Amino acid sequence: MAPHDLRRPFKRAAISDQQKRRDLSLLRQAQNRRDAQQQARCLASSILSLQSSAPESEPEQSDIEIETEHDSEDLSKDLDVRRVSKLRGPEVRKWFARQLMLPEWMIDVPDRLSQDWYVLARPAGKRCFVVSSNGTTVSRQRNGSILHYFPSALPAGAKTRDGSGSAQSYCILDCIFHESDQTYYVIDMVCWNGYSLYDCTAEFRFYWLNSKLEESGACNVPSHYHKFRFSAVPVYNCDQTGLYAAYSGAVPYVKDGLLFYNKHAHYQSGNTPLVLVWKDENCSQYVIDTDGKGEIPSQQQVVLELQDDGKLVTSDDPPVLFCCLDGDIIEKSGLQSGNLLRFAIGDGGLSFVDGKLENADLIYLGKSNRARAFADSYSKVIFQFMVRHSPLKIDDLLASINSPDDQEKIPSDIEMVG
Amino acid sequence: MAMEITQFLLAAQSADAKVRTEAEASLRQFQEQNMPVFLHSLSLELSNDEKPVESRRLAGIVLKNSLDAKDAIRKEQLVQQWMAIDVSIKSQIKDFLLKTLGSSVPEARHTSSQVIAKIASIEIPRKQWPELIGSLLNNMTQQDRPAFLKQATLETLGYVCEEISHEDLVQDEVNAVLTAVVQGMNLADHGPEVRLAATKALYNALEFAQTNFENEMERNYIMKVVCDTAMSEEVEIRQAAFECLVAIASAYYEVLEPYMQTLFQLTSNAVKGDEETVALQAIEFWSSICDEEIELQEFESPESGDSGPPHSCFIEKALSSLVPLLLETLLKQEEDQDQDDTIWNISMAGGTCLGLVSRTVGDAIVPLVMPFVESNIVKPDWRCREAATYAFGSILEGPTVDKLSPLVQAGLEFLLNAMKDGNNHVKDTTAWTLSRIFELLHSPATGFSVISPENLKRVLVVLLESIKDAPNVAEKVCGAIYYLVQGYEDAGPSSSLLTPYLTDIISCLIAASDRTDGGDSKLRSSAYETLNEVVRCSNISETSSIIAQLLPVIMNKLGQTMEIQIVSSDDREKQGDLQASLCGVLQVIIQKLSSTDETKPIILQAADQIMLLFLKVFGCRSSTVHEEAMLAIGALAYATGSQFEKYMPEFYKYLEMGLQNFEEYQVCGITVGVVGDICRALDDKILPYCDGIMGLLLKDLASSELHRSVKPPIFSCFGDIALAIGEHFEKYVPYALPMMQGAAEICAKIETADDEMMDYGNQLRRSIFEAYSGILQGFKSVKPDVMLPYAQHLLKFIELVSRDSQRDESVTKAAVAVMGDLADALGSNIKLMLKECAFCDEFLGECLQSDDEQLKETAGWTQGMIRRVMVL
Repeated sequence: MAPHDLRRPFKRAAISDQQKRRDLSLLRQAQNRRDAQQQARCLASSILSLQSSAPESEPEQSDIEIETEHDSEDLSKDLDVRRVSKLRGPEVRKWFARQLMLPEWMIDVPDRLSQDWYVLARPAGKRCFVVSSNGTTVSRQRNGSILHYFPSALPAGAKTRDGSGSAQSYCILDCIFHESDQTYYVIDMVCWNGYSLYDCTAEFRFYWLNSKLEESGACNVPSHYHKFRFSAVPVYNCDQTGLYAAYSGAVPYVKDGLLFYNKHAHYQSGNTPLVLVWKDENCSQYVIDTDGKGEIPSQQQVVLELQDDGKLVTSDDPPVLFCCLDGDIIEKSGLQSGNLLRFAIGDGGLSFVDGKLENADLIYLGKSNRARAFADSYSKVIFQFMVRHSPLKIDDLLASINSPDDQEKIPSDIEMVG
Repeated sequence: MAMEITQFLLAAQSADAKVRTEAEASLRQFQEQNMPVFLHSLSLELSNDEKPVESRRLAGIVLKNSLDAKDAIRKEQLVQQWMAIDVSIKSQIKDFLLKTLGSSVPEARHTSSQVIAKIASIEIPRKQWPELIGSLLNNMTQQDRPAFLKQATLETLGYVCEEISHEDLVQDEVNAVLTAVVQGMNLADHGPEVRLAATKALYNALEFAQTNFENEMERNYIMKVVCDTAMSEEVEIRQAAFECLVAIASAYYEVLEPYMQTLFQLTSNAVKGDEETVALQAIEFWSSICDEEIELQEFESPESGDSGPPHSCFIEKALSSLVPLLLETLLKQEEDQDQDDTIWNISMAGGTCLGLVSRTVGDAIVPLVMPFVESNIVKPDWRCREAATYAFGSILEGPTVDKLSPLVQAGLEFLLNAMKDGNNHVKDTTAWTLSRIFELLHSPATGFSVISPENLKRVLVVLLESIKDAPNVAEKVCGAIYYLVQGYEDAGPSSSLLTPYLTDIISCLIAASDRTDGGDSKLRSSAYETLNEVVRCSNISETSSIIAQLLPVIMNKLGQTMEIQIVSSDDREKQGDLQASLCGVLQVIIQKLSSTDETKPIILQAADQIMLLFLKVFGCRSSTVHEEAMLAIGALAYATGSQFEKYMPEFYKYLEMGLQNFEEYQVCGITVGVVGDICRALDDKILPYCDGIMGLLLKDLASSELHRSVKPPIFSCFGDIALAIGEHFEKYVPYALPMMQGAAEICAKIETADDEMMDYGNQLRRSIFEAYSGILQGFKSVKPDVMLPYAQHLLKFIELVSRDSQRDESVTKAAVAVMGDLADALGSNIKLMLKECAFCDEFLGECLQSDDEQLKETAGWTQGMIRRVMVL
């Protein structure tokens, strides 16, 4: 019979550091493992350590020349995200220039608008990606150049005293910077606190945006650790009430048209027909494109890209052909493939057959401004054309929601005057 | 059939080594030639009263060792070997053994009863010896049987109860055993030998008596007999009866109420006047009651509302009598009790019990103890001063801070002065009391401390002076410094308070570690462990240069250990201990300095030399690796990152050695953890070593010899490797995945009633999920299809885990994350599978409702991943 051991710890040796060391090691290893797996998880479709550690020389605004996608295959949007994390300097900029989701212009009313779409009033201002990581926040414009470099209350957005935010935590927000109230209006959320939302539906992204942004304190008034205020933009279901609210409801910012998001669409870099922009004079100061002097030219102007074979195309993927230039002309004018060329649309206008562009009356004006990154998209050209001739009105949109056969409705073809 | 083995058994005990060795060889040969006959012969030898006592005794021991071993694997082999023996031979052996209980030779009876219990431990759970209990009871009920048979029978019953579980007997058998045992304790019917054997048997049988203790009449009877026995004339019987009372206090706390008056009288008398062996048991009775009540208080959560066993407040009710009783014991110190670890006396037991009482009742103890403290602490007799100090130190845990802090603040200066008392014991206990004060009432990190910034200096001056005192005092002072600095860990601005003293503290601790006047290495290891805490708790931005200077000092000391002359195994052990302490300090320094970008370069610059030292430490041993060095290397790999690659060619063999160390399983476990560190440090550069590492890890998993606690970390390690080497993990999939699936199935069968097993089950689950996560992520962008055949099994496993309401939060997190990884990696390939998973939504819903932000976010992400698959 084993006698019960009476001895209890007496003036017990105060410390057992070995066990403590073991436990702390295990704790550290478990934490590192979680971080590593988490990091891999976040790499799902996004990127790590987006701030280049090498100092990035800020180029002259006008020097920014974004190569078109086929010029550098290795920087395509499908680039292995692990490699993106290793990009430095100008490469980062180029990469970013490709990451924004670009809406098509609404040239007809999509089916099931009230069921499948959200609508929001787009703030006027600079469209940019806001990235917080490693204790700093950077906003980058559409062409990849840096707008601001600042501390923010976004997760990992500032070096605060508590040193919160682990290394792999970061956010990527799709924003519009609104000058007059110095506010970043968040129109989409791409990554939040290390979680990628790229492959999530708009429905999920907006839900996440609305619950997380406020919580983070990013909507608070600016302070030492939070230089600019962030604000979510009200998003409505695109039913009649929602559309009307977005169109005429009061907002603290200057509106620049309406954005429509398909609820089921993922965030996708580049042009997409699943996000649409629409404007009229009531909700935007910039309905009809202006020229370099800020005046509305008498004729609509378009920028097209010249291809090898003399074809003039839009920036769409696949590109839409507008017309062909003669080899002679190209040679004489010293134009090269890849050049972006500016044209005016002559009195002949655009003509369509079965909804497809058949002919365009283009008058060559010259090369485009070097700051231009891309040619115009097809939908933009058509929208501008429609605005000048037969605009899609808010009443048309409301009517399409109203109409009893809404679900199966084929949008009324807008008559093209050609 | 029996062989004649008497002469060999006698020769095996010969003083002549040659004779002995030959006899042992012969015995081994018999054993190998025919095991059953050998065992039969041994039992015959044991039972034969005509044989010499010496040969019978050895026969019994060899027999016992053929049935049981400490090592679990060896034991299992012996069990199998016994079960394979022919039933008729086994039956004869058992008959010989039972017959031996009636032998006139006490030693033969005693040995036989032990062997019977060993056989019972194998056969009773398997229902292969149903007649044993009956035949033992028969010895007790037959009037004419001699007392010595009854005594041996009771002893056997006790041993048998100790070996088997109470579930192995039916209630009728339990009743009969208890009846026989309790009757054996009856004073009127039996002599002292039988009563002692019966009382000891009852101690082992108490666990079987649950049903009987629920019955008031039976309980009253048992308690009466035990209490009567506790007043026997014979001290040994009284001690055995008190041992029963201690066991009853733990096992049957909830039914003790009616007996407490009597029990208080009994124990009180014993503490005051009985022999020390009995008095110690009487104090232990109250300590056990405290244990029970503390546990009840800890698990009593007011919000859960479920009524556990009732708290009877025995300590609170007895408090006013119990505390003076215990205080009296404190004055009975022995002169050398602080120097000798083997001593356990009434003052130590009483003081320990006083501490437990304090934890049980809190504030109420303070007014009962303080008058004793105040009147004794100034008396000329050192016993009074020591007892007063010990009493004060004992009540520092339990009462509220509000109650204690005025007392401590008033007494602190007195205690600091007492560090210069003329008596070693008083200083020892004073230093211990200071360490308790710092541990319990000094927490600047949470905004409260009895040490003001103003008197910190005074405290440190005293401590750094007293660390030069006698080794036992110095060791307690190390403990006081340990808790003093611990208070400043993560204490914000308060952590700066310590900075001005850091250099002095470190040099005093190094000086203490260098002392050679301590009889053992306790002071040295306390000094180093305190040094570790000092480094950990220091404010890195203010002290980085001090710690940077400590690094070469410790490296130098570690280098010197290689020069120690090794003559004996004792020297080797001392060298190993010293290296352990120093590697520990290095580990802590590496971790501290690599925690900030500013200080990390210090480690990177020294990394080559540090690694060289660790390799030399490994080189000091032939077959095992040094645990502490391995632990420190993990920290170094984490700090150096991919630079660690250059150490791999040299280090790899030790990694292999560590992974093969089944016996010291903690070494194996730590090595597995270091593999993970290296994976994260090297990424795919670990590839050249992966075949070897995976081979060993798989072997470890398959081993029945390796302690189970190492197995979960191995699965997690699979994930680490897969994440590091990505698609190259493919060749291990056919080996690793079946192991993971097998382990997942084991999880489903784990006993949920056992807390320890539940804990293990949770670890295993989490680690399997971590393995899947790492593998899925590793294959994600390149070869996700490799994992397709395993998706269904994984989903089933997640489902099973999700249905277990007892699962741990960390398991839930890992399960949700792996579900997202699965959807992320396999995409539309598993769309159909996911559609059929009804549990997914429910499980995600539960997680999204959680209060844990991290879990909510992971669940949200997983939901996104699954939705993405669904629309693809």
